[in-house]
Formats: sequence, structure tokens, C-alpha cells
Amino acid sequence: MALPQATPTQHLRERRRLVGLRRGAAPYALLTPGTAWLVVFFVVPMYYLAKMSLEQGIFPIFSFSWEWSNFSDAVSAYQTQFVRSFEYAGIATLIALAISYPLAYWIAFRGGRWKNLFLLLVIAPFFVTYLIRTLAWETILSDNGIVVTVLKDVHVLGSGGRLLATSAAVIAGITYNFLPFMVLPLYVSLEQVDGRLIEAAEDLYASRVRSFLRVTLPLSLPGVFAGVLLTFIPAAGDFINAQLLGTPRQYMIGNVIQSQFLSLRNYPTAAALSFVLMGAILVLVLIFARALGTDRLTAGAAA
Amino acid sequence: MRFVRRNLLNAYAVLALAYLFLPIAIVVAFSFNNPRGRFNYTWEGFTFKNWTHPLDYPGLGSALAVSIEIAVLSAIVATALGTLIALALVRYRFRGSATTNLLIFIPMTTPEIVMGASLLTLFLNWKIPQGFGTILIAHIMFNISYVVVTVRARLVGFDRHLEEAAMDLGANEVVTFVRVTLPLIAPGILAAALLSFALSIDDFVITYFNAGTVTTFPLFVWGAARVSIPPQINVIGTAIFVVAVGGMLANVLWQNRRARRLLAA
Repeated sequence: MALPQATPTQHLRERRRLVGLRRGAAPYALLTPGTAWLVVFFVVPMYYLAKMSLEQGIFPIFSFSWEWSNFSDAVSAYQTQFVRSFEYAGIATLIALAISYPLAYWIAFRGGRWKNLFLLLVIAPFFVTYLIRTLAWETILSDNGIVVTVLKDVHVLGSGGRLLATSAAVIAGITYNFLPFMVLPLYVSLEQVDGRLIEAAEDLYASRVRSFLRVTLPLSLPGVFAGVLLTFIPAAGDFINAQLLGTPRQYMIGNVIQSQFLSLRNYPTAAALSFVLMGAILVLVLIFARALGTDRLTAGAAA
Repeated sequence: MRFVRRNLLNAYAVLALAYLFLPIAIVVAFSFNNPRGRFNYTWEGFTFKNWTHPLDYPGLGSALAVSIEIAVLSAIVATALGTLIALALVRYRFRGSATTNLLIFIPMTTPEIVMGASLLTLFLNWKIPQGFGTILIAHIMFNISYVVVTVRARLVGFDRHLEEAAMDLGANEVVTFVRVTLPLIAPGILAAALLSFALSIDDFVITYFNAGTVTTFPLFVWGAARVSIPPQINVIGTAIFVVAVGGMLANVLWQNRRARRLLAA
């Protein structure tokens, strides 16, 4: 849509109109219903969860008592599940990144006019209900399934070996189930890479590998960052894959929170565990942000 | 060498897409299975029976009905609320816009289990009985952020001169919004509504914490997974997939056609 450039007077008029629009209550009127909903049903519940994590008692009677020991007890009792959650989520995130990057690259640079269609193809499988998808993996990884048979034939698995009910199955499930959260941000950042920069690098005799490593990859790091976060966070809190593809020996912290809340009704412990999970995720995200380096990102963009 | 490289990447893309669709192929294939036992894990024989009797399993029909009702209602409400927020964020500079952005962003980066658990404590504290209403509240909540992000993306690329032109030609602000702005951002709003519908009908974790005795389709699958897995589950799963993807595809094609028409004009 090539519209004529605005003339100076048009610019002035537009600016005047924008200034006029920016004043007054209009934005707040637009915002209030939605943000009120988020405050009441997202922020306020967090307050109650925090309060619950410092209560003591037995269902259905709890009382607030600054019970900080809920946190230390919860962490020491479920240390294994915490470590396992971050281990599984970390491995799954790395595998998802390795799978998604070339795919996102392919859509962004080779997709041409079919980009949107390919994106839709990538997202489409995730419109099959999460649980049904995971049950399908149960079928694929089952003892008589094709994957186990092939792995046995090439002697990666012993004759009694199985995939279901192992860490590998749970990690495979997590990797698959959160893949769009990795592909989409990667695609967005790769799509924005200016092709002329790559051409310039190649004109300056950079090899294709080198121009990828020095131009494309640094420019796509914001997408890597977003993709890793959006995959890692839900993965660390997941309990469905461990429940359906694993056994209690693969249970993650999500399984513990779920059963503490809904089966044992030990609300204070469950609330404390939820907060430790969020806190640990936050710390890891900050470490990761520092490791990837905001200054390196801007330097990459400038290069 | 270049030829090999190019096709290496193409081959990879085909493999990756095959990987993505493998479980879906299993789901669709097993919707035609005729299992002898209570579980639908091994292939026993082809049948159309499950497709001609898709709801022929106790509780399945009502669970699906609840899911659809909640998905439609939450999509409508969340799309309305989220679109208004997106308009405010893109169109105006105001005190508090950074906080609003944060409020939109944080729910998307909070583990679902924490959101589900915190809503549960809210409803317990306020003594609100859990059921249809609490599920709907929860779904609207987590959909709002996705609507804002989707609609905002559309609004950012919006040419303000078109609105200018309408107003110069004598249209007032309401007429301009209804006749110019709305049609132009309609694909974004529709995409947001479809996404909300899909997120809602798929949600398990948050619903699980806040459903009380009400059963949605994912909760039904969860309950069924322990005792038996009727192939009807695959039928419904396939149907939801086809409807959601069909809607998205139609939207993409519609957008492309509009873009081409506008270019031609």
C-alpha cells in the first residue's frame, strides 16, 4: 500500500490531533474493564496464595501465623522434585531450541509467500487437545510401538528396554508439547533480520557459515531469549507429561503441587511450593538474561 | 554445494514437520480404530462407528458442551476486553502504560499451575463455589493477555492516514472507528478470538484447579485416561483440530485476499 508521503501541513495537523487524543480519560476508559479483570483474578489471587503459604492448620481450618517454616519444610521435603523439574525443563528447552531454530530459519528465509501457511502448519498440531497429544505420545513410545522396536533393532535399547515410564519419555513429551513457544519467537526475530546485512557480510568475503555466526545468529538472539523463556517456564511447572508418560519416579514439582492442593488439601505447603517454583524460575531467568547479555544483544544489533 | 545446502535445509524442514504431525496422525488414525478392550493403544481394525456415534460414551457429550460454551463465552469477553486494552496501549501515551504492559506480560510467563492454584485460594477465601462460573472467570483471565498481544501486533502496522482521510471527509470519531478502523483491524480481532477459543477449549491445568464438579472435555479425557480411553475421544480431538485449524486457515487466506485487493486498488 504505497500512500503518498504526508506534507508538512498534514504532519502538523496530525500532531495536533494526536496531542488532543493523548489528553483526557479516554485511554483509562478503554483500559479499565480488562485490567480490572486481570487485577482481581490474577494479582489479588497471588496475594491470597502468598497469605496461604504462611498459614498453618489442617483442612478445612487454616490460620495465618507467618509460618515461614512452610517454605523450608517444603523445599527440604521436595528438593528432588525441584531439581528434577529444572533438569527436565532445561534439557527439553535445549532440544526444542535445536529442533526449532533451523525450522524457524527455513520459514523466515525460504518460506517466500507461503510463510504464513508454513507457520500455521507448525502451530496446527497444537490445536489437538494437549492431553490427547500426550496420550498419542504414549502410543508412539509404548513397548510395542515403532520407536521402541526400531531402537531395539539397532541395539540402542536392550531386549527388555522400554521408553515409557522413563525420564527420556517425559523429556520427549515436554519438548514436543511446548515447541510452538520456541518456534514462534525465533521466527519473529529471524524474519526481522535485514537480508542486506547478510549480503553485505558476504560481499565482504565472509563465508556463509561466518556470516551466519557473525550476523544472523547475533541478530536472532532476542528470539532465542524469548523462546527459551516461553518454553522453560511452562515446562518447569508441567505435571501432565510426568503423569502420563512417567511414573512417580519421574514426578516433577508440578505433580507435588497438584497432589498437595487437590488430593491432600495441604494448602499452605502447596502455596509455599508454588512460590518457591516462581522464585526459582525468576532467579534462573535473571541469570540467563545476564549470561546472554543485554549489551551483547545491542552490540550484535549494531554489528 | 549450494544446491546440497539448500536441499539439506528443505529436507530438514520436511522431517521437522513430519515430527510435528506424527502424534496428530496417530490421533486421527486411532479415531477409526475398533478397540476390543477399554484402551485405544493398539490397532484392532478399521471402523467408521466412532465417527457416526461421536458422543456415544457416558458423560462425553455434556463435557464437550460445557467446553464449547466456555470457549465461546470466554473468547467473546476476552476479545472485547483485550481489544480495548490494545487500542489504549497503541493509540495513547498515558501514565501507567508501562505497568499495564507488565500486567499483560506477567500472566503469560507464569506457570499455569501457579495461576490455577492462586485462583483456587481466591475462590476459597471469598467462598465462591467452584463450577461453570469460576472456570469462565479463569479462562477470560488467561485469554486477555493473548488477545492484547495479537490485536496490538495488527494495530502497530496500521496506517493512521486512512482515519485522517475519513475524518477530513466529515466522518466523526465513532463513524471513523466503525467504518475504517474496525474493518482494518478485524482480521487481528478475529485471530485473537480464534486463539482464545483454542486456548480455552484446550486448557486443562487451570480448569482442573477451579472446576469443582463440572467436567470439561480435557477434564473428561484426564478422568478417562485412568480407566479407559474410548476412541470417541480421538474423534472429538480430531474435530476440534479441524475446526480450529480451518478457522485459522480461512482467516489467513481472507487476509491475503484483502491484501491483494488493496494492492490492486
